[in-house]
Amino acid sequence: MYMFKYVMKRIGLMLMTFAVIMFICFVLIKLLPIVVTIQQGEDAAIVYKQLEARGYIRNVMQDPVTLRWTYERVPIMTQLGVYLKRIFVFGDFGVAVMPEYRLKPVWDVFVEKLPPTVLINIYSTVIGVPIGLGLGILAALKKNKWVDQLINIFIILLISVPSIVLALLIQYFLCYKWKLFPQTMLAGFDYFNWEMFRSMLPAVLSLCLGSIAGYARYTRAELSEVLTSEFMLLARTKGLTRGQATFKHALRNSMVVIFPSILSEFISVLSGSMIIENMFSIPGVGKLYLNAINAQDYDFFMLLSGFYTFVGLLAGIVVDISYGFIDPRIRMGAK
Amino acid sequence: MDTKTYDIPKEKFQFAKKSDLSHDTKLDTKPVGYLHDAFRRFCKNKGAVVAAVIIAVLVLLALFAPLFTPYSVKYRDSNFAGTLPKLKLFENTNFWDGCKEETLDKYTFIYNYAMGQETGHNAIKNQKYELLDNGLYKCRVDSYHKKGMVYINMDMDDYFALQAYQDEYDVQVIYPTIKKRDRPEAPQDTEDANYYFKTQKKGSKTIPVLDDNGNVILNYWTYTQFDIEQGFTDDYTSKKRIAGDGENGVWYAYSSPTSSGVQVRVNYYEYYIYNHKIIEKDGIEEPYFIFGTTGSNGTGEGKDIFTCLFSGARFSFLFAIAVAAVNMFVGAIYGAVAGYYGGKVDLIMERITDVLSAVPFMIVITLLKLHMGASSQILLLFIAFFLTGWIGMAGTTRMQFYRYKNQEYVLAARTLGARDRRIMWKHIFPNALGTLVTSCALVIPSMIYSETNLSYLGIINLSSGSITSVGTLIAAGQSVLSTAPHVALFPSVFLALLMLSFNLFGNGLRDAFNPSLRGSEG
Repeated sequence: MYMFKYVMKRIGLMLMTFAVIMFICFVLIKLLPIVVTIQQGEDAAIVYKQLEARGYIRNVMQDPVTLRWTYERVPIMTQLGVYLKRIFVFGDFGVAVMPEYRLKPVWDVFVEKLPPTVLINIYSTVIGVPIGLGLGILAALKKNKWVDQLINIFIILLISVPSIVLALLIQYFLCYKWKLFPQTMLAGFDYFNWEMFRSMLPAVLSLCLGSIAGYARYTRAELSEVLTSEFMLLARTKGLTRGQATFKHALRNSMVVIFPSILSEFISVLSGSMIIENMFSIPGVGKLYLNAINAQDYDFFMLLSGFYTFVGLLAGIVVDISYGFIDPRIRMGAK
Repeated sequence: MDTKTYDIPKEKFQFAKKSDLSHDTKLDTKPVGYLHDAFRRFCKNKGAVVAAVIIAVLVLLALFAPLFTPYSVKYRDSNFAGTLPKLKLFENTNFWDGCKEETLDKYTFIYNYAMGQETGHNAIKNQKYELLDNGLYKCRVDSYHKKGMVYINMDMDDYFALQAYQDEYDVQVIYPTIKKRDRPEAPQDTEDANYYFKTQKKGSKTIPVLDDNGNVILNYWTYTQFDIEQGFTDDYTSKKRIAGDGENGVWYAYSSPTSSGVQVRVNYYEYYIYNHKIIEKDGIEEPYFIFGTTGSNGTGEGKDIFTCLFSGARFSFLFAIAVAAVNMFVGAIYGAVAGYYGGKVDLIMERITDVLSAVPFMIVITLLKLHMGASSQILLLFIAFFLTGWIGMAGTTRMQFYRYKNQEYVLAARTLGARDRRIMWKHIFPNALGTLVTSCALVIPSMIYSETNLSYLGIINLSSGSITSVGTLIAAGQSVLSTAPHVALFPSVFLALLMLSFNLFGNGLRDAFNPSLRGSEG
């Protein structure tokens, strides 16, 4: 029961933090001057009326002489009320202003952009976790032998070299020099075929190299600590083989620390890496975010920053909570 | 009661002298303090020491390298865009010599080869080439000379000044020009001054007309005594004339008149030297880029990478140190208050930092950019790093205060009447200082890294004006990665080296300051 209470408390706190952050974001965004862009072939009256209908401005009027439009700004708190009402009643997060997605609901565009981001991150986790854990286990078992040294150098290199440089290397050698992969991700929405997968691979590789090194380092440190503990001696004395003892006892114990980190990484990668998306032209959420802030599309900004903040917060509490579930000895939040 | 008596002679009993008392011998060795010990253990870690040396070298380079090059961050010359790295030391080797091995088709080869024949500025290194079986030519194309000739419009004063320069320094800058109607037909090549020979149009391409020996045929604008009598003049009075000029009473014309002066055909390499030596007077003696220039194949900005990289690095270092110092100051005060008073104060302060630290950095910088995009980008970056950066420092300080505030010596100080402020700064804070400074130093590379990412994504734009950053260079390099990989190479290597060294250095520092690891290193 205490676990349930603890989880509830954490979720409640998280939602509160989320609400505060989004409130600050909303106010800061609404303090900015309203950008009214009227594109070629659009009627200014319609654009202003749309803004009025969305509750951003009121008393829209056109001066008959100068033909200039005037309007009043709605108080921010009133705007917030309208905004929240639209979200909770109609699931409406606003419409896009930027030319590419003009007047499309931002939520629809966001959902459309989500799959590439999520996919490259899932691929990267699927590839990265086994390799990372494998290298870490190998290094821990062969501690201070040449295999361990080699893996250590590999880990240090991959962790230190910034992902932007790794991505550049991958792009130059794999895409330009040896032409193994296309330079950018294929267009289209058919994500599950070989060609599409191949075009995503450079991005996936750039993403997973860093996490491989991270997992390997973590696993090595944890496992080599567990391997020297006394219950391992007992396990061997009982007559277990080295393999049995390592996998049934040591690995399971070291997983207590490693698993939450995998989980949190998995969640936080949903938000993706803008660098990688930008470099390999992945039409994902990161790219959308960059486009949105360049076009000053505030509805997009609110939705996407909400997404990023939520994912970040979720990753944080999932780690804490998962400790308690994985290892019954850890009683989170207990007095 | 049988008592046994020993007969011990009286003289055996003597008073002990003071000097006979045995004292503990004084230790010959010096006492080892905490810092000294940490330093000693740090030095044992070879990797960390090497990393520290590399960091020192990079910092020194960042501080002093821009002073020793004539180029500045503002310098740009698109005619020398995408120039390859060249080091004079390796001039005679095939490495780092500003050349690139290329396989050219026949006509491209002749175009480049003829450049060297005319001026002696060999677009093909040493005019050495190898004819392959498939009819292609393999050679090393010199990126400093392949620009060759350009047409430049100038007024008469400049024209005469340039001629005077030619005579004074005994160099040929101006070469005979070509009549407008004799220039190549293909529109993309009409303004290409390197076609000094007869050409014809084949498809959309321009190809040279060759004589029976396979040589190009000169196509210069010529005039004779007759033309002079008719009133023709090219106003060329310089004594420098190219070989073959004036033979059989035929002279070459060195300029063609325009509405406001003349159009001359100059060798850009020589003209560049003239321009910087005589007109700009900025200390540039010849085009010489150790790390090459940005851009690719004559398109792009053509900035000197060496200067930009180290100026950018200098900015990054100074900026990071400034931010770290402010973060440490604010974080220390905040953390000290939260940690020392504890209880409700701590709870509230912790909630504030919780909320602040949960805001993704990207959103902070975006909001700042939207609100104050017009003001200085440096200020914007500074505020963004500050808003999220001090939280870590506050956390560290708070932990240290929690650890020490209930120790006996603090109790003693309080009993003696020390005020809170005194206890905080004189008694507890010095304990946290070591950890704080270490974590402060380790924040610097991550700040450089974030700044790089932001510049790369274009959220922060430092490329304008007289500052630049490593990230801006990397972004410039990525856009021309397929044709000019050297642009991305140097900033990437710099960044990777910096991160690697800081990582190793940081690990060494952390281990050295952790007394519990004493002796375990073996």
